[in-house]
Amino acid sequence: MKILIVDDFSTMRRIIKNLLRDLGFNNTSEADDGNTALPMLKTGKFDFLITDWNMPGMQGIDLLRAVRADEELKTMPVLLVTAESKKEQIVAAAQAGVNGYIIKPFTAATLKEKIEKIFERIEASK
Amino acid sequence: MNIEMARELVTCLERGDRNGADEIISEISRIKNSELFQQIGKLTRDLHDVLKGFEIDSNRLSDIAVTGIPDAKERLNYVMKMTSDAATKTLESIEEAMPVCESNIADTKAMHDEWIRFVSREMTAAEFRTLSKKISAFLGSAKESNDKIKDKLNEILMAQGFQDLTGQILTRVIKLVQDVEDSLIKIIKISKSEELVPYAEKSAMELEGPQIAGKESASAVKSQDEVDDLLSSLGF
Repeated sequence: MKILIVDDFSTMRRIIKNLLRDLGFNNTSEADDGNTALPMLKTGKFDFLITDWNMPGMQGIDLLRAVRADEELKTMPVLLVTAESKKEQIVAAAQAGVNGYIIKPFTAATLKEKIEKIFERIEASK
Repeated sequence: MNIEMARELVTCLERGDRNGADEIISEISRIKNSELFQQIGKLTRDLHDVLKGFEIDSNRLSDIAVTGIPDAKERLNYVMKMTSDAATKTLESIEEAMPVCESNIADTKAMHDEWIRFVSREMTAAEFRTLSKKISAFLGSAKESNDKIKDKLNEILMAQGFQDLTGQILTRVIKLVQDVEDSLIKIIKISKSEELVPYAEKSAMELEGPQIAGKESASAVKSQDEVDDLLSSLGF
């Protein structure tokens, strides 16, 4: 399982990376916005995307839409981890096809719970 | 003009004293003129004060624009750098301490499992000798590894100093913003009499970043639970 972590703040990427390692996901890569993330995703090496919303360059919601619009990537599970917490935004992310939505600041337990839930759903739908 | 002067004027006119009457009339108009001059003087002073105030405000504003804002930008960049450095330092220390902890946990668990076998007399003499060596080695290295963890915890502790320093810088920047606000409001009040109203409504989709306590948007959720409830209401 290879996971791409996208956030413009390196400390947040590092926190998520450490939390993921604690959950047993050792294979992670990082990108600092959608523009750098998308070509990385298109290499086909990733199984899971965790992205922030508000980033310079391409934002998380646009990255999500680009992923859903791409024939090769459209089934990839995407988890948004963001400080954006307005209902309109959560609904927009849901409509764009997000698999999970975590608001910052978050806990290790929340991240674990959402990731597990996403995988449970994927297993159930197989 | 008072009643005495009026009476005196009538008396002068009755006795045909033109010069006396003229004098009283000029005295009356002198009094009237001095009141008018006082009024004009007051208006001039008010106008002068307003213009001076305007000048002070616009000088203050240009001072803020020329030195204050660039200075504030530098300060805020410095705050960004300090918070970033502190977070990086903290994460580095955690990443260095974590493997030491993990290895301590694993070693302790392994030795404890074997110790239980020893206490339950399930261990051969040869196995016990191996365990004994392991315990010796572990105890020998325990101080070193705990010292390392303690060092890292101290580094994390020291890294929190950023809070104090950035707080002081932010307080100064907040003061500057307050000055700009005050000067702008005064200038707008001088040039306009209408109520100050915010220019435009925000779009619901505009990104806001973290909600600030006491300033939350009406449609912002308050917890992860609310996010989960909203998503589950949408069939997630």
